[in-house]
Amino acid sequence: MTLTEEILTIGLCAVATMLTRFLPFLVFRADKPTPKYIRYLGKALPAAIFGMLVVYCLKNVDVTAGTHGLPELISVVRVAGLHLWKRNMLLSIGGGTVCYMLLMQCVF
Amino acid sequence: MSVKGKREESEKRKHVIKRSFLTAFPKTIPIMTGFLFLGMSYGLYMKVSGFFFVYPLCMSMVIFGGSLEFVAVTMLLGSFAPLQTFVMALMIQARHLFYGITLLEKYKGTGWKKPYLIFGMCDESFSINCSTEVPEGADTGWFYFFVTLLNQFYWVAGATLGGILGSFLTFNTEGLDFVMTAMFVVIFLEQWLKEKKHYTALIGVLASAVCLLVFGADSFLIPTMACILCLLTVFRKPIEKAGGLS
Repeated sequence: MTLTEEILTIGLCAVATMLTRFLPFLVFRADKPTPKYIRYLGKALPAAIFGMLVVYCLKNVDVTAGTHGLPELISVVRVAGLHLWKRNMLLSIGGGTVCYMLLMQCVF
Repeated sequence: MSVKGKREESEKRKHVIKRSFLTAFPKTIPIMTGFLFLGMSYGLYMKVSGFFFVYPLCMSMVIFGGSLEFVAVTMLLGSFAPLQTFVMALMIQARHLFYGITLLEKYKGTGWKKPYLIFGMCDESFSINCSTEVPEGADTGWFYFFVTLLNQFYWVAGATLGGILGSFLTFNTEGLDFVMTAMFVVIFLEQWLKEKKHYTALIGVLASAVCLLVFGADSFLIPTMACILCLLTVFRKPIEKAGGLS
């Protein structure tokens, strides 16, 4: 990617973000109810999108070759386990990442 | 107004601003630890991906959205795909639409601070500004302003520090990129636990997995997002009936 393409990519992210932040203030009025479908999407989208992002992070894992995705699987289970145990975001993320780093550097 | 009256007025104003800051700051302390940690991880992740600290500095200032900033690193490393970048950014940030709708009333009458309050809106500032009763003697507009500003400051500071400190790291950073996966797994889990039936979470994972198999790693995002929107629309009734959407 050239520098111009990098700036455009970052700019597009910023513009899209600002669109989602400013649009409601430009379109909706405080005294009118928001359309029900929009409200529904607001509640239903986040879980689906974060599910997609988890898959996105793991998109290059090849289960048929190399480490067969074992370090990823072990570390994801570790993150989930830590999180269900303590519900502490920093601990879960930190613990899972260190686990993955150790697996990649020392085991696989 | 007399000179004395003006001075009293300005003293009073200063006092209100100070009170607003002193009310806002303690509320943001829990966010500070989280943002410094995640921000530094992000800056570090950018550094090990080959971007020097000016990138996380600029990106955390103009985008100011953790999830998207992490994803943007992957996009910067790939080939230039403007449409995919834009749609992806819209979908990841879509939740702000709903924060905005909730804050319409609250941000009314905040004057010149309003554009910044909207610009700097994030999950954490939203939850503080939505849930706090601003006490007597402080001004709501200034309170919202300081909450938003402090939170963005923590994030930008963390990201920049991570980017700078990354240059001095002497240990092997292989595998550090897993921090992004770990973050999304945690957020996903939080969303999962909120739902009684997990329909929307399952739709997200299954649609992505199927599209990944069909379209391949480089072009599965747009079809996935289209599938998610279709499925959520088609199955709206059962999903709403299952309840637990917060």
